[in-house]
Amino acid sequence: MANTLDQLVDQVRENRIWRSIFRSGTGESNLHKSLFVQQNVFLHLFSIKARKRTLEFSATWYLGALTFGTFMILVITGVLLMLYYHPSVPQAYADMKDLQYVVSSGVFLRNLHRWSAHAMVFLVFAHMFKVFYRGAYRTPREFNWIIGVVLLLVTLLLSYTGYLLPWDQLAFWAVTVGSNIASAVPLMGAKIRFLMLGGTAVNANALLRFYVLHCVILPLAAILFIAVHFWRIRKDGGIYAGDHSSEGSNQ
Amino acid sequence: MPEDVKPKPSPDSPEEMSRRQFFVKLGVGSVAVAALGTAAFSYEYLSPNVLYEPSPVVDAGKPDRYAPDSVTLDPQTAIYVVRTGEGFFALSAICTHLGCLTAYKPDLGIIACPCHGSKFNKDGVKIEGPAPRPLPWLRMWLSDEGNLMVDRANAIAIRQLVRV
Repeated sequence: MANTLDQLVDQVRENRIWRSIFRSGTGESNLHKSLFVQQNVFLHLFSIKARKRTLEFSATWYLGALTFGTFMILVITGVLLMLYYHPSVPQAYADMKDLQYVVSSGVFLRNLHRWSAHAMVFLVFAHMFKVFYRGAYRTPREFNWIIGVVLLLVTLLLSYTGYLLPWDQLAFWAVTVGSNIASAVPLMGAKIRFLMLGGTAVNANALLRFYVLHCVILPLAAILFIAVHFWRIRKDGGIYAGDHSSEGSNQ
Repeated sequence: MPEDVKPKPSPDSPEEMSRRQFFVKLGVGSVAVAALGTAAFSYEYLSPNVLYEPSPVVDAGKPDRYAPDSVTLDPQTAIYVVRTGEGFFALSAICTHLGCLTAYKPDLGIIACPCHGSKFNKDGVKIEGPAPRPLPWLRMWLSDEGNLMVDRANAIAIRQLVRV
């Protein structure tokens, strides 16, 4: 039975259509394995080879991967929430309540989005601390640390713009306070606040701007920088495994 | 042949530049001009020219609506109408710290902000808290119909009471 199943899998993988998609083909050799990574647009961001030590839990606690996992959950649940949410006053609040009480599984998706957002902010900080205390930001990985700081800012901005969308009292006053903090910037503070809100008060324009930032601009920025972040791991010699002096004893 | 006699211009000399350098400079320059234009265009596009926001001028109604020595908050327009023994004045209810809506506490006789704990007296003068400035007095006048009018966009530096 197992044999016939293996044969069937092999048959599929030898199939002309399959081969046109996955050009590396079957085979257990290192060449086949590395070609499989190289020739996949998503996997080619990652190294072909990894040190065993870097794949252990203790090396990274998988914090970066978990952060990416929460980001994927947020993208999927966020797109689904967009199908019921109108970014207009006062419809936004009613839609949020409908998602909680009327739409099938709406409360599940909304809470999943909300808790994943909290988890992502927590994980981004945890990932940053882990990288910092292991010294994984040092040469040649300084630039990837900077990309990471940009991603931290994008995450916080996503969190902040998403905060307004329920259009409840908490959202309204949080963004009133936040936009007034932005207006404390010297010389151009009032202009920044005006551009941010699209007006002088937290109103329909502000809701729409925050919605577009939250659903389009910031996620695209996040995806772009995540791609560079992953690709730089490969270019900087893989995930940091520890000092070269202690590397021998680890293996 | 005159060409042979003429000294060949050196591309390194500061006065002369090669054809290629000229076109590179021209190209970079025009891209820079276009980028500046795009920045100005974006700024203009992102600044709304017309705002569909409530008018800053508020009709606060007839003066006899307000009891003597009272402080009345209208949460919709975020103003206090204060009536003293001598007359009326209007006070902004928006905290000068970070813009929260303050509330009047009649039992304490003070105005307090729920967000970060700033406190003001009935004249808007700061008692304590993170607020950097007193609550501004707003321009108030009587309309032809005898209603109290308040311009929220117009803070007055010199305190004036409206006497009815």
